Amino acid sequence: MIAHHISVFAENKPGRLDKITGVLAQAEINIRAIKISDLGEFGVVKILVDDPDNACRALKRAGGLASQKEIIAVAVEDRPGGLHAVLTILTRRHINVEDSYGFVLKDRAVLVIEVANVAEATSLLEGAGLQLLSKEEIYAL
Amino acid sequence: MFWEETLETLPRNQLRGLQNERLRSTLARAAAAPYYRRMYQASGIALDRIRGLEDLSRLPFTTKQDLRAGYPFEFLAVEKEAVVRLHSSSGTTGQATVVCHNACDLASWANLMARCMFMTGARPSDVFQNMTGYGMFTGGLGFHYGAERLGVLTVPAGAGNSRRQIKFMQDFGTTLVHVIPSYALHLLSVFEEAGVEPQRDLRLKIAYLGAEPYSEHTRKRVEDGLGVKVFNSYGLSEMSGPGVAFECPEQNGMHIWEDAFVVELLNPNTLQPVPEGEEGELVLTTLDRQAMPLIRYRTRDLTAILPGPCPCGRTHKRIARIKGRSDDMFIIKGVNVFPVQVENLLMSIPEVGRNYQIILENEGPMDAMTVQVEVQREFFQGDVKSLKALQQRITAALKGELLFTPKVALVEPDSLPKSEGKAVRVIDRRRKE
Repeated sequence: MIAHHISVFAENKPGRLDKITGVLAQAEINIRAIKISDLGEFGVVKILVDDPDNACRALKRAGGLASQKEIIAVAVEDRPGGLHAVLTILTRRHINVEDSYGFVLKDRAVLVIEVANVAEATSLLEGAGLQLLSKEEIYAL
Repeated sequence: MFWEETLETLPRNQLRGLQNERLRSTLARAAAAPYYRRMYQASGIALDRIRGLEDLSRLPFTTKQDLRAGYPFEFLAVEKEAVVRLHSSSGTTGQATVVCHNACDLASWANLMARCMFMTGARPSDVFQNMTGYGMFTGGLGFHYGAERLGVLTVPAGAGNSRRQIKFMQDFGTTLVHVIPSYALHLLSVFEEAGVEPQRDLRLKIAYLGAEPYSEHTRKRVEDGLGVKVFNSYGLSEMSGPGVAFECPEQNGMHIWEDAFVVELLNPNTLQPVPEGEEGELVLTTLDRQAMPLIRYRTRDLTAILPGPCPCGRTHKRIARIKGRSDDMFIIKGVNVFPVQVENLLMSIPEVGRNYQIILENEGPMDAMTVQVEVQREFFQGDVKSLKALQQRITAALKGELLFTPKVALVEPDSLPKSEGKAVRVIDRRRKE
């Protein structure tokens, strides 16, 4: 099963981010990672949460623009070159990473990526022997 | 020092007599234009009953909308063969409008411009570098022919190419320039880069700023930076262009040439005259235009008539700086923009809502325009790429419409005032003083 993170539109002005985090806190959503893409006057916030369905619903109810995006989460060893190995595999097959961010959990790093064709990238990375996190694993992080 | 002393200092009662006489012949001429002929017939106005200024208020107004409806030649009061020049508006709000001139009209216009320039101190010994665009922009040709009429050596440099402009100034000993205010400010930094100190290396004495409104702050910066005097002026393409009103050396209000225009100042809501000193909409009737006389043209510009005589000796009334518009048009980067243009364009883009807001701000020496639009809920798929593409698409569309590139900011749905009712569409944060 494919995992999702949520993507939220936000104007680039004070108070926008804490409006989002406030809604998520209210809905008892746990945030794993957050990434902001700044487009000048506005931006998009990607948030990895433990319950994307409910998070998205809560944000929409609060009047926000939110949607879910499919992701792949790769666990790599927390050492130099770990991330590079993943990207090299994708690049070799001309798979474009549309968005990505990472975070470190104890001894391992988790790389979250968005690609156009999740199924293709998943089998490619698994075939290369990389450890992909399941949907349940991601949400339980 | 006067260009035409008798006319410029004509006692008010004689000026009124001249206006009466010219008004009668203007009305007679206007009746030859299909638009006015139809209108006078339809409204049952017998022109021979209009004896002069006291009856003027019985005549209907002419509006921009009327000019559009009469496009291109319904306002023509002479045979088309007699027309020697046509200026067209950009037509950005829909139908363009045109103003036609015969040879006499061009001569009168040039003479008025010469009168304005002479009043500010321009003399035949000067060198005038005209640094604005030519073409449909009436300011370029208006100043050009005015300067030549005055007998000034005129350099039709046109806009842009700052290095060459500076070289011309140095090589030809330019003393007068006509320039768009934002370009004048830009030139100041070019001077610095080129190591030219205007006060030391150039002979500039007067800058005429045109085409876009500017603050007193900008005027001061140009005066200090270039070492020149800047004279405020007023004109509009419907009244030929520049030369309608101009500051004299007293620099306290702009003399509006009443031998060429009947000046009315009306409350834009009641359309009744406002007392001297109070703000109202300027309504003008041409008195010496033959090809295309305009009767009671609503300029939509808000100003006030300054009471009392001017120490310079000229008897023609003075108007204050234009304070705004009685419609929602604004001017940015020399372009007249009506919010409805932006609205119509946004409505053709399904990914955005109808609500929008226009923010006008100073950005360094330039004016900047930001259009805020709401993203439609259904459109948002969560990716940056499509938002960016949408932003670029709107920017390109606006540029095609406005001829300059505004900033486009996407905002959350329902965060802007609703499109119904009297929502404030334009927030002008530009410095006024």
